[in-house]
Amino acid sequence: MGEVKLIATHESFPCARIEWSLKIKGVEYEYLKEDLSNKSDLLIESNPVHKKVPVLIHNGKPIAESLVILEYIDETWKDNNNHLLLPQDPYDRALARFWARFIDEKCVMSVWQACVAQQGEEKEKAVEAALETLSLLENQIKGKKFFGGEKIGYLDIVAGWLSYWLSVLEELGEIELVNAERFPFLHEWANNFINTSPIKDCIPPREDVLAYFSFGINYVRSMHGTQ
Amino acid sequence: MDGDSVKLIGFWASPPVLRVKWALALKGIEYQYVEEDLSNKSDMLLNYNPVYKKVPVLVHQGKPLAESLLILEYIDETWKQNPLLPHSPYERAHARFWSKFVDDKCVPTVIAAFSKGGEEQQKAAEEARENLKMLEVGLEGKRFFGGDKIGFVDIAIGWLPYWIGIVEEIVGMNLIDADSMPKLNSWFHAFLDIPIIKECMPPHDKLLNHTKAFLQVLTSSSSP
Repeated sequence: MGEVKLIATHESFPCARIEWSLKIKGVEYEYLKEDLSNKSDLLIESNPVHKKVPVLIHNGKPIAESLVILEYIDETWKDNNNHLLLPQDPYDRALARFWARFIDEKCVMSVWQACVAQQGEEKEKAVEAALETLSLLENQIKGKKFFGGEKIGYLDIVAGWLSYWLSVLEELGEIELVNAERFPFLHEWANNFINTSPIKDCIPPREDVLAYFSFGINYVRSMHGTQ
Repeated sequence: MDGDSVKLIGFWASPPVLRVKWALALKGIEYQYVEEDLSNKSDMLLNYNPVYKKVPVLVHQGKPLAESLLILEYIDETWKQNPLLPHSPYERAHARFWSKFVDDKCVPTVIAAFSKGGEEQQKAAEEARENLKMLEVGLEGKRFFGGDKIGFVDIAIGWLPYWIGIVEEIVGMNLIDADSMPKLNSWFHAFLDIPIIKECMPPHDKLLNHTKAFLQVLTSSSSP
């Protein structure tokens, strides 16, 4: 169904979301590795508004923003592999979108802040806020194998960073957020998710994610240090 | 869909609520409107939207939904007349992209431009103008973001120039002008001319006074 290219970096979990979806749908694509310190003309032309990855280019037409791309993939290849990512029912779809936004707007930010915060009261507060967002997700996954039910769905893909990237952030931030005692269902889901094909076939080496996040954390901490 | 119960919990001055009102009006959907006192949130609101505790909340057949852009998509998928989103996946992706851009980038920078002072305000205003100018890319060669008729993006974005105009009156700073953003400017006037859009807008003076008070809170909380 046409030529598919993906401009991405392998440490980025928004990019991983797109690879996972394309592989689940059995869509072949050309992976174009981007160097974010020296952005390509193609990236800048394809995503002039944000100049960020991932960008999907289908038959020469670019789409940016991972959540937008996920819906595009689901709509364009809706019959592939008998595997729809979003639920069929409009209310269930709305709920999936709601939690996806919650993850991207609240969860990611709160985890990042908990990681970056310096030891002390600031860190304690940030950790508490992160745990609150995660407890809401725990309630959503309770009693289900995946957020999508029996099969991996849209929300699993959006939450997927919790199954791998989170542990790197925890290590760097010297915190522990998700464990079997505190969030048994989320913990189990994470293990299921990361060990399922095709998810496990396209996760980046841990040391690359470590290096990528270290750089970001040191940068943020140095900004705080100069104030 | 006779006998469906549709309830919208809102606040008269809220732009996200206005988006939902427009969508319901464009589809000809009857609903019960419940005005919320945001300074004293009802148990009903807290029950229906425990995560964010905000308006709008749409309740359809007893099931609540929050977040205006999600509500728009739900309305579009549930009531098929007068579609808001385009048909092709690519055009739909674009509609979602621009709506998200307004909420994620335009709105925060516009608020910053109006609530900061001195040099910071100049910088914020510059950034806000850049983001607003970017919207013209989405309008390329079209009368409305939706084409010849208004669509999803128009009702997602349409409130912003109106609000900006109100704040420009209060603060005396110009963000959208006909010279630097001709397409955006003419789109906005064409949009506001549509009767169904005008009907749902909050009254100008009432909104002006409300926004003055809102800005005061903003500026006092952001000053050092």
